[in-house]
Amino acid sequence: MKRVKPVKENCIGCHLCELACLTAHSASGDLIIAYTKERPAGLSPCKTVIHRGDSAVALSCQHCADPKCVHACIAGALFRDPASGRIEYDEARCVGCWSCIMACPFGSIGRDPAKGKIFKCDLCKDRGSPACVEVCPNAALVLENDE
Amino acid sequence: MSTAPRHSFDYVKDISGCGVFGVIDKKRTPISGTVAIDAMASMHDRGNGLGGGFAAYGIYPEMADFYCFHVMGYRDEKLEEVEALLKSHFHVKAAEPIPTNIKAKVSMPPKVWRYFLQPRDEDRPQWRELEEEDYVVRVVMHVNTTLGAVSNVEDKAFIFSSGKNMGAFKGVGFPEDIAEFYRLHEYKGHVWTGHNRFPTNTPGWWGGAHPFTLLDWSIVHNGEISSYGINKRYLEERGYVCTLMTDTEVVAYLIDLLIRKHGLDKRMASWVFAPPFWDEIARMDEREKKLFSAMRMIYGSACLNGPFAILVGNSTGLFGLNDRVKLRPLVVAEEGSRVYMSSEESAIREVCGTLDNIWAPKAGEPIIVEVEA
Amino acid sequence: MAFTPITKTYHDFFVDRDRENCIDCQVCVRQCSYGVHYWDENRQQVRHDSSKCIGCQRCAALCPTQCLTIRRKPSEFREHNVWKPHFLKYIYRQAETGGVLLGGMGCVTDIPIYFDNMLLDASQVTNPSIDPLREPMELKTFLGAKPEKLEIEPSASGPVLKTRIAPQIELNYPIMFAAMSLGAINFNLHVGMARAAEELGIAWNTGEGGLHKDLYKYGKNTIVQVASGRFGVHRDYLNAGCGVEIKIGQGAKPGIGGHLPGEKIDERVSQTRMVPLGSDAISPAPHHDIYSIEDLLQLIYALKEATSYTKPVAVKIAAVHHAPAIASGIVRAGADIVCIDGMRGGTGAAPIMFRDYVGIPIELALASVDQRLREEGIRNRASIVVSGGIRCSADVVKAIALGADAVYIGSAALIATGCTMCGRCYTGKCPWGIATNNPELAKRQNPDMAARKLANLVKAWGHEIQEMLGAMGLNSIESLRGNRDKLRAVGLNQVELDILGIKHAGR
Repeated sequence: MKRVKPVKENCIGCHLCELACLTAHSASGDLIIAYTKERPAGLSPCKTVIHRGDSAVALSCQHCADPKCVHACIAGALFRDPASGRIEYDEARCVGCWSCIMACPFGSIGRDPAKGKIFKCDLCKDRGSPACVEVCPNAALVLENDE
Repeated sequence: MSTAPRHSFDYVKDISGCGVFGVIDKKRTPISGTVAIDAMASMHDRGNGLGGGFAAYGIYPEMADFYCFHVMGYRDEKLEEVEALLKSHFHVKAAEPIPTNIKAKVSMPPKVWRYFLQPRDEDRPQWRELEEEDYVVRVVMHVNTTLGAVSNVEDKAFIFSSGKNMGAFKGVGFPEDIAEFYRLHEYKGHVWTGHNRFPTNTPGWWGGAHPFTLLDWSIVHNGEISSYGINKRYLEERGYVCTLMTDTEVVAYLIDLLIRKHGLDKRMASWVFAPPFWDEIARMDEREKKLFSAMRMIYGSACLNGPFAILVGNSTGLFGLNDRVKLRPLVVAEEGSRVYMSSEESAIREVCGTLDNIWAPKAGEPIIVEVEA
Repeated sequence: MAFTPITKTYHDFFVDRDRENCIDCQVCVRQCSYGVHYWDENRQQVRHDSSKCIGCQRCAALCPTQCLTIRRKPSEFREHNVWKPHFLKYIYRQAETGGVLLGGMGCVTDIPIYFDNMLLDASQVTNPSIDPLREPMELKTFLGAKPEKLEIEPSASGPVLKTRIAPQIELNYPIMFAAMSLGAINFNLHVGMARAAEELGIAWNTGEGGLHKDLYKYGKNTIVQVASGRFGVHRDYLNAGCGVEIKIGQGAKPGIGGHLPGEKIDERVSQTRMVPLGSDAISPAPHHDIYSIEDLLQLIYALKEATSYTKPVAVKIAAVHHAPAIASGIVRAGADIVCIDGMRGGTGAAPIMFRDYVGIPIELALASVDQRLREEGIRNRASIVVSGGIRCSADVVKAIALGADAVYIGSAALIATGCTMCGRCYTGKCPWGIATNNPELAKRQNPDMAARKLANLVKAWGHEIQEMLGAMGLNSIESLRGNRDKLRAVGLNQVELDILGIKHAGR
């Protein structure tokens, strides 16, 4: 099972992962356009950096072995790919009921108000490797591959 | 002992390529000088006429109890200064010009003299406390660092041989011409070494030729001691001063230090000069690991680094050694009681028709031949 | 500027923000620990106050759109060769504060860097250069006292070593990480140095702040320091390392002690240093039990006793005028290693007058100490380690050729982990997370990454040193050590040549 694991001890709270995620999932593929044009139009990163005191941590879908979101989905839009272990999301099927958002223990599913659908980490499967892992300056995000 | 000269970094040093040859008769049967001369002549092309020389052992049997100093110089007054110093430090048994043939094809031959000497005991002018051999070394160093170290070649006078019953003969010229100059075919000895030199700059200085000698030791060397800078400083700390403008000199002094002063044998000295690699040491047993680690730690500054094939002669043996990656040629051959060592096999074949055995020793593997007791 | 004291007006840097590319993402705001960048609610825009900028480059390094350039503020002062702008600024600052000028890192004045006037040799024709990719090329180095000669006895199984060799520190590279105390730099970097030293087979130095108990497991690669404050010194500490170093002085500030402000003394530093939480840790200028060389002898032997003669004892001094005589005394007092720290050495905090004007360059100190110990015939009785401005592997090679056994790298090691030499280490606000114990900032040094970068740096230098050795026709480092024949000078006068013991290029 693959997931981007946040290492709290190393997270310096710079938020570069959010910017990288945003760019990776943008139509333009350009950070400046993604941030200044696509973001106001509804584009959001699949990843959120949470701060508490001196600590920070960047959270995103953990591709759980026992995925609460999949159980909660009423439309079959979320499912676990047995081959890759990824929690896949079929946007066409999503009906925007937000059940998964309430079920996710990490708060790692977002709402796209423009489309009326959810979005979540897809491990940048079309990109090759997760953008957030690559951008992190302090190795606070690790692509875990535990079988 | 504060001896390291402060400005020695400024001394000039020459570098050169070369050919070497050595022969020993283990039964001490005298070998004619022509053997060494012919062998060296066959390697004529390894030199360029700017340096040749020989050392021979067992050549002064009737004077075997006396140190024989060979002295060279151009000006009589300088030679007289050397003689005065020798007379004040030694009892002179005999003093005579070394027989020469002035028709030999050599350039600018100096005057060469030999002295048969016995160190004074109690009435020494200085260094009263030293053991006999240290005393002899000190006098040689004193002459060579004063009268021998002046910058003008024609004002130099120095001692180029200081052992018993042995002698070095060297100068500027091809070895066969140097041999003719010194009339070496008239000598017989049980150990001979020869050298043909290809210096890459030309001090035109007879003292710069090989062999380099100290007491009983003589060294001929093909190669470049890239570690010269530290070998020299290591020796300076221990009272040896390198004045002869060539890296080979350090080998002679290191041999004297390691073997005579520190009591190592030739085999151990070879480990200092061409030590095993650390990854070889890692694979050794505990005893060897301890020994070789310590040798490398303590004698690192005496390690000879760079390409070399060295022959070390003394009255009881001949010792050949390559650097530890074998960057210079050296072949060894046996025939009866004789052992030959040479840069080229052809030189051995030239002087010895049939051989029992011939091989090229491995990198860093010493060939130590001792005369039979 | 309104409401701004004169000292702030004449600041050194300014932020050049390319508005076209700035997306107001606030990464710079979060990274700057000096409050230069801020979010302006009124304008709904990221803005900056250049007067606070110290030129650390952290914001520029992390800006995702590369819209930030930190520029030197062009001098507004009239050209003047005597009254250079920094003197004016010093005076303005002192007129304002009445205090001593403080600075971090090493000497910034343009005293000669002799390394740059020394060139190396290479083989051509008469000896073959050696390719380290094909042939062995040995860098192994042992630090400690060596006997003058060895007693070896024959035995049935072969010759046996009879001489007992004094304890040694074995190094796979002639490079160590210099003393930087826990407190001056944070725990993450101590972890990074310790791990890198272990991986490389070299040693790192604790500095004077003790060794955290979690790092005792790296003891085989740790030199523990004993300085004038004796912080963190106890029996287990002394026995935890592979060697003990007595710190007499530091190249960046010879003749004065140290001061770790209470704000930097957190729980971990307090425990390790054995000082109360939040109290200043002051290292006196001298050791108050060493007022002369005979006292040093006592401390050396006290430490040898405490460690049962199993570890070499080093004495570190700043490179000062009489370094050769002092070094001779140190060796005769029983030290196994003499460390000399040149005036270009770094520090967390030093009075600027000391940092820039006290001490001498390491090259001259090293050359004269090595020569002096040889003249006295005691060079084998101690190893020489030098530090203070070793910037690249060629500097290491030159230092070893002058006579050093090994070098310490401090500034270079910190630069490997991100330091940009901004020189504000004493503020505790290091934006690179190095010279700070602020947990939020210290996190910026991920120990795994620090260890990897430090190890990479030394490995890279090791490769380069091997190449340079091979080019000189040498295949082991001991043949370079003290081999000044491999050096030539350019542009030095005869006095400098005499002190360095090298010939001028062309000779």
